[in-house]
Amino acid sequence: MLWNAFNLAQREIRRNVLRSSLTTLGIIIGVSAVIIMVTLGNGATAAVTADIANLGSNLLTVMPGQRTGPGGASGGAKPFKQRDVDLLTREVTSVGAVAPVSSQGMSAIVGNKNRSLTVTGTTNEYFGSGGWQLASGRFFNENEIRSGAAVCVIGETVRKELFGAANVIGEHLRLRAVSCEVIGLLRSKGKSPFGMDRDDVVVMPVRTFQRRLSGSDDINQIQLSVLDSVSTEKAQQDISRYMRERRRLADTDNDDFSIMDQKELASTLSGTTRTLTALLAAIAAVSLVVGGIGIMNIMLVSVTERTREIGIRLAIGALERDVLTQFLVEAVVLSACGGLVGVSFALVVSSLGARALGLPWVLDVKIVALALLFSAGVGVVFGFFPARKAARLNPIDALRHE
Amino acid sequence: MIDSALIAFDNVRKVYGTGQAQVEALAGINLQVHEGEFVAVMGPSGSGKSTAMNIFGCLDVPTSGAYRFRGVDVGALDRHQRALLRRFYLGFVFQGFNLLNRTSALENVELPLMYRGTPRAERHARARTALDSVGLLGWEHHTPNELSGGQAQRVAIARAIVAEPSVLFADEPTGNLDTARSQEIMELLVRFNRERGITIVMVTHEPDMAAYASRTIKFRDGHVESDERTH
Repeated sequence: MLWNAFNLAQREIRRNVLRSSLTTLGIIIGVSAVIIMVTLGNGATAAVTADIANLGSNLLTVMPGQRTGPGGASGGAKPFKQRDVDLLTREVTSVGAVAPVSSQGMSAIVGNKNRSLTVTGTTNEYFGSGGWQLASGRFFNENEIRSGAAVCVIGETVRKELFGAANVIGEHLRLRAVSCEVIGLLRSKGKSPFGMDRDDVVVMPVRTFQRRLSGSDDINQIQLSVLDSVSTEKAQQDISRYMRERRRLADTDNDDFSIMDQKELASTLSGTTRTLTALLAAIAAVSLVVGGIGIMNIMLVSVTERTREIGIRLAIGALERDVLTQFLVEAVVLSACGGLVGVSFALVVSSLGARALGLPWVLDVKIVALALLFSAGVGVVFGFFPARKAARLNPIDALRHE
Repeated sequence: MIDSALIAFDNVRKVYGTGQAQVEALAGINLQVHEGEFVAVMGPSGSGKSTAMNIFGCLDVPTSGAYRFRGVDVGALDRHQRALLRRFYLGFVFQGFNLLNRTSALENVELPLMYRGTPRAERHARARTALDSVGLLGWEHHTPNELSGGQAQRVAIARAIVAEPSVLFADEPTGNLDTARSQEIMELLVRFNRERGITIVMVTHEPDMAAYASRTIKFRDGHVESDERTH
């Protein structure tokens, strides 16, 4: 009987190609929308989480002025000098490496190639606290730092875009009027959680940067790595207390500097990504519901349309049960086909999408199962109840139905 | 006498609606049909002949009185049991053919056998034989939409007799057909009645068609007006 019903179902489905494909389409859209959105959202969250792990030891950044928003600081406050860096290193015991950071965007020129990038003047501590490693060459030596030699360490993107060659050690690049010798190549770190290319950098000794490029002895910010044995909060308090003292702020004054915790920012960002994923999932769920309503409609219409058929079957000896089985099997076959096509489609699109967006492909089997169950459930329920109503009609009334 | 009757109405009443709108379609009818008869049921519309037909066919139940099919009180059966009765003992031919329109003639004829659980190969063979007996061999794979009215009604007759029912109920089987086609259909029915001993109960309002039957029952206002043997 079940085999008969299955045969009958697949014949009915082929006989009504348009109706069948519309029903399946509803399920396909619903299932694939949910899976694609959740998979991409999960990928984004995974990418951010991986980036946080990539930040290295916990890094604090001190900037002059009050923080006005994420990553920004209002101007006007007294800038830092090399003396602040030296004193912080000596006086604050909860921090390890302290590095001055002065950055500016400018063009780097090699031969006839030209690229806008960020040039940073700093010391070797910068590499340690920021978790940078060398791919080849070396960092600065004492002599180069003290004398402000025209040497630089470059990122992977700079090598690729400006030089192209694999070995760049000993090559030169020009920044404004300064010709700089490349002494080191940094290992690639990829994009930052904020979406910037961290490999698009040129790093030089801070003295070189101040004397030959910026022309001032200001330091934009100070980067400090917190000792493993100390909590980030404790380090922040220590730095804050010392800086207030050094900048002679009265107790009633607000800080005229700010301390930024990179890890905190990154985790805020990953929280945002998760929220975004939830939002996408909600939108996808709406499309699943809309798809469900579509299925419902078509099922209702098709049963109404087929009431006379049900009457004929009842008159020649079909039981209520036979008619129900037929409609149920039809609904199950349609829903299953739609679900399978939807899942396959979602797998292909989400993996292509993840590749295009540079995200890892993180498939959540629970979501796949949920989407499948929901749409199949809708198909079956709304195929079943109208069919039951029709199958309970008096055969005479069902036959007269037109 | 009662025991030998295939179909027996014992003071059957059928009332539709309630209160003021109540209509008495059958007002206490007694009649019997015996095995092998070909009965024509006639009467103006509203006379109760269609209601009687629905009760004959186990598609409806009397309000009061008893309808016995082979001695079994149909009124005491539930939907399920009545469906089984139709499945194993009854065949139907309707005025509007009532075939599945997008399904081939062969599959339409196979349908009653399918519900009986007949194996596929046997189903095919019997359906082809049935189509052959109504002169439609070669048309198995046409759908009712591709057939003429006369051909469609012959498919319906093949469907009704394929499972070898005890009784064939025909409700205005020639109502949608021209005279020549109607005669063909009636000759088929007469042949099945004579050759295979299938009892036939046919509703019609055309005396020409009733003339093919061996007995004519006339209804008027819910009563049997006359009941006479013609052959």
